[in-house]
Amino acid sequence: MPKIIVDVMPKPEILDPQGKAIGAALERLGIAGFRSVRQGKRFELKVHGEVTDEVLATVQHAAETLLSNPVIEDVVAVSVKQCGGNCGCGSHGAASEAARPSGAEDLLA
Amino acid sequence: MSARIGVVTFPGSLDDRDALRAIRIAGAEAVSLFHAEPDLKDVDAVVLPGGFSYGDYLRAGAIARFSPIMDKVVDAAHGGMPVLGICNGFQILTEVHLLPGSMIKNDHRHFVCRDQTLRVENADTAWTNAYSSGDEIVVPLKNQDGQYVADERVLDELESEGRVAFRYVGWNPNGSRRDIAGVTNARGNVVGLMPHPEHAVEPGFGPESTEGHSTGTDGLGFFASVINGVLATA
Repeated sequence: MPKIIVDVMPKPEILDPQGKAIGAALERLGIAGFRSVRQGKRFELKVHGEVTDEVLATVQHAAETLLSNPVIEDVVAVSVKQCGGNCGCGSHGAASEAARPSGAEDLLA
Repeated sequence: MSARIGVVTFPGSLDDRDALRAIRIAGAEAVSLFHAEPDLKDVDAVVLPGGFSYGDYLRAGAIARFSPIMDKVVDAAHGGMPVLGICNGFQILTEVHLLPGSMIKNDHRHFVCRDQTLRVENADTAWTNAYSSGDEIVVPLKNQDGQYVADERVLDELESEGRVAFRYVGWNPNGSRRDIAGVTNARGNVVGLMPHPEHAVEPGFGPESTEGHSTGTDGLGFFASVINGVLATA
């Protein structure tokens, strides 16, 4: 079951108070060397079956309609991630199912 | 007759009861509306109240904007019905594109709660006609995502068209562009602001004023304005 990843970032010209707070905390921890930190959002959308152009168009629509606000945010990437066989999607046969400890699905997904 | 003014309750609304009460104190009939019911119940005006609709998940107002009742609110607003968005309600109005711009986290990153002085910049809207341009009013302000932002072109347009309805005076409490506290649409029927006029309508429960402790009622003008308009066209 492939996953589509949507990355959303605050527009470059928009201040990012959360990123600034994180940057200041890193400095306090002595983890230095960064000119700036900006915080974005990552959405993971699982789909049934193939990722077709139509599915990607729907994801793009979702990204621009609800997942981001174009006044303050940019959709910076829409990418497809195929599962590697241990994703818990249930489409890899009984062996992988059995090998997976119960309750692990959310961690591995 | 008296004006009928609705207040929409979303999951996570906090100030819906206060808004209903403010409407009653101002002399109108207060009507409860519910996010899941696409029915405006024949109201003459609508208030989207403050709070944290849907826990502010995703972005403030982003999910409430797709509530079943919002299609009705948008249609009514396009038809000229007065709509006021207070705080989270303002955020919803920007997400649904009835008002330009957006709100991000306060520049100082703190939740802020204080009595805030505002200047009425446009006293010709459905929600401000009981004031005079240049009036300074004091109403409570309480938010974390209150920094008004829009690109320079939009800000210039708002300024040149007189669509900045309110500006912060004395201190800009959240880093809002050009000290903007509230804006209106071109027609003047849709107004949004971060501060809370519904918390400044009754002596004893309002902000400090020169009259004494908690006596400020500067927020009443919002509701008096819309009632004036409704009764004038009735």
